[in-house]
Amino acid sequence: MSKIINTEEQNKYVVVKTEGYFNKDLGELVISVVEEKVQENKFHFILDLEQSKIVNSIGASILIEVIEILQDKDGTLSLCHMAPIIEKTFSIMGLTKYCNTFATLDEALAQ
Amino acid sequence: MSNETKPSVELRIPILKDMELVATNTADVIAKYMQLSEEESGEISMALIEATINAFEHSESQKDIFINFTISDEELTIKVIDQGKGFDSKGIQIPDIDSKLKKQERKRGWGVMLIKELMDSVDYESSNDGTTLTMTKKKKNE
Repeated sequence: MSKIINTEEQNKYVVVKTEGYFNKDLGELVISVVEEKVQENKFHFILDLEQSKIVNSIGASILIEVIEILQDKDGTLSLCHMAPIIEKTFSIMGLTKYCNTFATLDEALAQ
Repeated sequence: MSNETKPSVELRIPILKDMELVATNTADVIAKYMQLSEEESGEISMALIEATINAFEHSESQKDIFINFTISDEELTIKVIDQGKGFDSKGIQIPDIDSKLKKQERKRGWGVMLIKELMDSVDYESSNDGTTLTMTKKKKNE
């Protein structure tokens, strides 16, 4: 089952960890968290995909909406722990032009 | 491996949520059998997810879709067959993230582009009775 397994604030970042297939349902869960945190003036997010090894373009498209929301607030979306095929998919789509990508969460937090 | 002896696997998939993962699970087993790399296997799975979702969404039909995997020494050929009303693949616009951002443009529409980028060949045959997508992944010589 696709779900968010943890959302926590570390330094200036909101770290969202997901588990399972990154599909429409999981994308919508993530964007709900982002919308909620933006209301609390949190504009910098790290999406940790360590437990999500597979994605579809519908879930990925929702990340474009996330980027759009954060661009309006001068915020950022960082991605870490991406499986190689997810990184390739996001690269083909051009998503990685608008996100910072990191191998690990520690690296993302230290950016 | 002659044409007569090419092994194949056939799936019949109902249009139900996340059923595209049935196809990727099968593709994983076949990729291991063919000794494809992790990279090749991931690309096949991703293309198959997109092809199956497109068949679900664009066929405008509730009829099951069929997926046929044909194995040869050189390549894996996958056919994704729906029984919908067909579509014109030439009419599909290439998506661009720069256009999708900052505009009220639909964010979706990446499936065909991803399939073409991830597979070695992609061909659509479409009629009023349905669409057959044929895609191949060549085995790299390592």
